[in-house]
Amino acid sequence: MNTRARAWGAIAVVLAIIWAFPVYWIVNSAFQPVEALRSPDPSFLPDFSAAGFSRVFDESFVDSLKLSLTVTLLAIVAAALCGFVAAVAISRFRFRGRKSFIFTVLAVQMIPPEALFISQYNMLSEWGLLNSVVGLGLLYTALILPFTVWMLRGFVDGIPIDLEEAAMTDGCSRTRAFFTITFPLLAPGLVASGVYGFLQAWNEYTLAVVVMDPSNRTLPLWLKGLTDVSNEAVDWPAVMAGATMVATPVIILFMIVQNRMTSGMVSGAVKG
Amino acid sequence: MSSTRLTHRAGTYGLLVPTILVLVVGMAYPLGRQLILSFQEFGRAQQFGQPAPFIGLDNYRELVTDRTMWAVISRSLAFCAVCASITMVLGTAFAVLMKAVSTVPRLTLQISMLLAWAMPVIAAMTAWQWLFDTRYGLVNWLLTKVGLSDFDDHNWLIEPLSFFFVAGVIVIWMSVPFVAFTAYAALSQVSEETLEASHLDGATAIQRFRHIIYPTIRPILTIVALLQIVWDLRVFAQINFLQNAGGTPSETHLLGTYIYSLGIGQNDYGAASAMAMFVLALTLVLTFRYVRSLLKEESR
Repeated sequence: MNTRARAWGAIAVVLAIIWAFPVYWIVNSAFQPVEALRSPDPSFLPDFSAAGFSRVFDESFVDSLKLSLTVTLLAIVAAALCGFVAAVAISRFRFRGRKSFIFTVLAVQMIPPEALFISQYNMLSEWGLLNSVVGLGLLYTALILPFTVWMLRGFVDGIPIDLEEAAMTDGCSRTRAFFTITFPLLAPGLVASGVYGFLQAWNEYTLAVVVMDPSNRTLPLWLKGLTDVSNEAVDWPAVMAGATMVATPVIILFMIVQNRMTSGMVSGAVKG
Repeated sequence: MSSTRLTHRAGTYGLLVPTILVLVVGMAYPLGRQLILSFQEFGRAQQFGQPAPFIGLDNYRELVTDRTMWAVISRSLAFCAVCASITMVLGTAFAVLMKAVSTVPRLTLQISMLLAWAMPVIAAMTAWQWLFDTRYGLVNWLLTKVGLSDFDDHNWLIEPLSFFFVAGVIVIWMSVPFVAFTAYAALSQVSEETLEASHLDGATAIQRFRHIIYPTIRPILTIVALLQIVWDLRVFAQINFLQNAGGTPSETHLLGTYIYSLGIGQNDYGAASAMAMFVLALTLVLTFRYVRSLLKEESR
């Protein structure tokens, strides 16, 4: 039994190495001089040559970083504001049409961007919003808002209404009770949904390809642009350095919210 | 009293307005437009302001009789079926493995899965493109090293089947972690006592999986499989990226990239809209029951 358990343990470790290998390969290649990646035999250990990073860290990276940050922040803030009030409404009040609203919020999440981007492109083109922060930000807000509503609703549900009612018996108005008692308790929920929205918008590729021009690229498009030269000419250490820079903040944030992501994706969102 | 209640109710609806506004402008309005567009002839001339004539079901008829579109649909369904089933099997197997081993190997596997899961899709794509690179890629080097000299300077993306093999490896690599973590969480609900009792009664590992473990985790696995199918039908980023990296677009289009090339590539917005409506309908049919079950849970 013991040797068998050990054998399974060894298999698990081997699988872990295989699965993490592409990630290791990015980092390893990022720290190689370009000659090393063009030699007949690969180098398996990083050389700690940061030349790739300095080649890739140029104006176009900074421009794309700014664009990605602007669009992402715009979408997160807009989604948080809209989503927060909607979450309060469906969690704290019962009203006609509440169920249809919830159903819509859930169903909209299932619509793939591929099923709408043609007419979204058409619409933005008509409004002169193609290749603009506002246009892309609008689509991203619509993309992350349903999940934000659903997630925040779970957090509002988790805060007992008794707390508010107690404050109201003490003479607070309902609104005041909400903002002094419940709102501070919602901070973790706002952070979690913000992180989720960040990951979505930061990594988004499909809509960015459709809406943005090659002159005005978000980070994923910028990263892909680095490989858009003839195969022989790709500067792989620089591409891998770019991939490292794009992925690092994402991986850190992801690790923080991972637990919620697992349960959230299965139940439509997080409950309490 | 009744008047305060009325303002109260109006206030409640007011809270929904921003969300509804965003969803209408960002999704419902384009959706309505798309529906209309799919019954119109809308090409380059219409892009420049000419009126778009209604042509009834012509766009749909054109699609149904078009060989290319059937090729794209069957390719997409096949790709989705293969990727989703391999992902489900591997993910569940990984979850069972995580459950069976001691803490150190389990944590190692979990951290590695998390890394793969967290990778932004385009960063992951560049890594795989580099691994499968014709001249200097590690995969060709490794295969040549073990004696398969055919793979010296082998181009993985030029043949459609080999293209989809690479795409499939990437899609599966990215999706297994989600299945593994979810199935692992579900496995924690399996009763240890029942398992122990069945062990004492002489049940084999396979019997225990079939009769005790599987029935407990089945509801979660069903949902995960459904999400997996929906996600693997829409692999725009991966296919688009690999096509740019050297694939032959006309032979490797799946639903998403085909709609893109029809509409934004060839300016045939009418036909592209009709195709998009088909993808939308397919997704809604697939997910309708899941969304309804979420809603039911909600009213409980």
